[in-house]
Amino acid sequence: MSKRSYVEEALSDWMRGNGPDTDVVISSRIRIARNLSGHPFPLLATTQQANEVMEQLTSVPESGKLSEHGQFETIKLSQLSELERRVLVEKHLISPNLANESRCGAVILSENEAVSIMVNEEDHLRIQCLYPGFQVKEAWGLANRIDDIFEGVTDYAFDERRGYLTSCPTNVGTGIRSSVMMHLPGLVLTQQINRILSAVTQVGLAVRGIYGEGSEALGNLFQISNQITLGQSEGEIIENLHGVVRQIIEHERAARQRLLDESRVRLEDRVFRSYGILSNAMIMDTNEASQRLSDVRLGIDLGLIRNVTPQVMNEMMVLTQPGFLQQVFREKMTPEQRDIRRAELIRKQLQRKTDHGGV
Amino acid sequence: MLCQECDKKPATLHFTKIVNGEKTEFHICESCARERGEGIPGTSNGFSIHSLLSGLLDFEPSGGMNTLGAKPQQQLRCDNCGLTYTQFSKMGRFGCSNCYTQFENKLDPIFKRVHGNTTHVGKIPKRTGVQIQIKREVEQLRRDLHKRIEQEEFENAAQIRDRIRELERKIADV
Repeated sequence: MSKRSYVEEALSDWMRGNGPDTDVVISSRIRIARNLSGHPFPLLATTQQANEVMEQLTSVPESGKLSEHGQFETIKLSQLSELERRVLVEKHLISPNLANESRCGAVILSENEAVSIMVNEEDHLRIQCLYPGFQVKEAWGLANRIDDIFEGVTDYAFDERRGYLTSCPTNVGTGIRSSVMMHLPGLVLTQQINRILSAVTQVGLAVRGIYGEGSEALGNLFQISNQITLGQSEGEIIENLHGVVRQIIEHERAARQRLLDESRVRLEDRVFRSYGILSNAMIMDTNEASQRLSDVRLGIDLGLIRNVTPQVMNEMMVLTQPGFLQQVFREKMTPEQRDIRRAELIRKQLQRKTDHGGV
Repeated sequence: MLCQECDKKPATLHFTKIVNGEKTEFHICESCARERGEGIPGTSNGFSIHSLLSGLLDFEPSGGMNTLGAKPQQQLRCDNCGLTYTQFSKMGRFGCSNCYTQFENKLDPIFKRVHGNTTHVGKIPKRTGVQIQIKREVEQLRRDLHKRIEQEEFENAAQIRDRIRELERKIADV
């Protein structure tokens, strides 16, 4: 497996799989932050010091110690073009911070892209595990085992009282960030979203939009994650998130049902209107694409549209991002050109899926 | 729904304000919201996590250095990476793991504000944390022991006491 496939395939292998509750939860993610004792954190490290950390950490997969969790490949950020970095960010395999700010940064990726280990991000080591659907506990299980492997051969900065020491005080302790990406069109359409999300923030969880700037939620996608990392065990943190997400799932399903019961025709109109526009439009900007794709996905999840799979929607979500689009068409484009190409790509995708019959 | 303020544009922002348990809802359009100066989450009012954090970290009694006649305070500095406390509170980032020890005295209020807690209770490294793991177990057993004694389950209590002794010997041996 080469770097090529990571930047050319829109859909990570792990996203092709099915997970529980995929009608509402798109993916679950665990990220843990670790540092090596004695070495300055990446922000203050000299290039030489950063290089040493990179050598030490990237030697772990090279020695084959991770092999029970699949095949891994190390990619140094310096080997990637700006566009390729952007593509990896859009696939959530690396953070914008690693892509843009890191010195001697690297990422260790598993073949199915479920595991992505960032080196010299804000912390020396960031282990990230991604699962489809609602599988936070499974993701933690895997991250925990990979953490043990690294800890077996490196000295972590750990303090009995403060736990795992991190560059930012918001990560200290467990160093864990657990998050789920949720698709919540029902709660948005029934205008319950603000009430629910503000309740969520009151129990120590954070909400932000995906792909949008700041917390603007593009395509009704929301990321819910824990804020507190100190004073609670990993189990408690994950349990807390799990409980709240479980409730949001139920609310979202109830909202969708209500929409079906009370205003079915209007809902169908919205879904099929978006489907029609995506299938025919010649110009499509990111915002509109996200909203329309959200409508169609809702239509699929409610059984209104039967000939398109949710996976296709996941794929299109990544495919239509600015970086990926330019990667697909192998050219640098102005925003206007991108909107035309995006529309073209979406039309083709939907056509491909409908060749065997109508809607 | 139309904006409550201008009654012209559609309301795109829906706020629920809860002040001292009193709930008020209002629905306004984006331009009116800007005029009212309501913080719109995610719009660019230059609020980054770092600036928020440094607000939390800025604990130095302000003006102390500048007041006429006052002696400049001894600069707190990490002897490993060279980061000063002032730099730390501006960046919102530690420079190395040693900073935690050097700034120890100032950290409790910060962690309290960020996490509501000051002490780690989660995972302990498997290889290097054996000692700490045993200590944790002893603490847990002591709590159990206390409970047993209160409930007058003396037989169980004795077993727990023996286990504690055994573990304490283990710690002493290492």
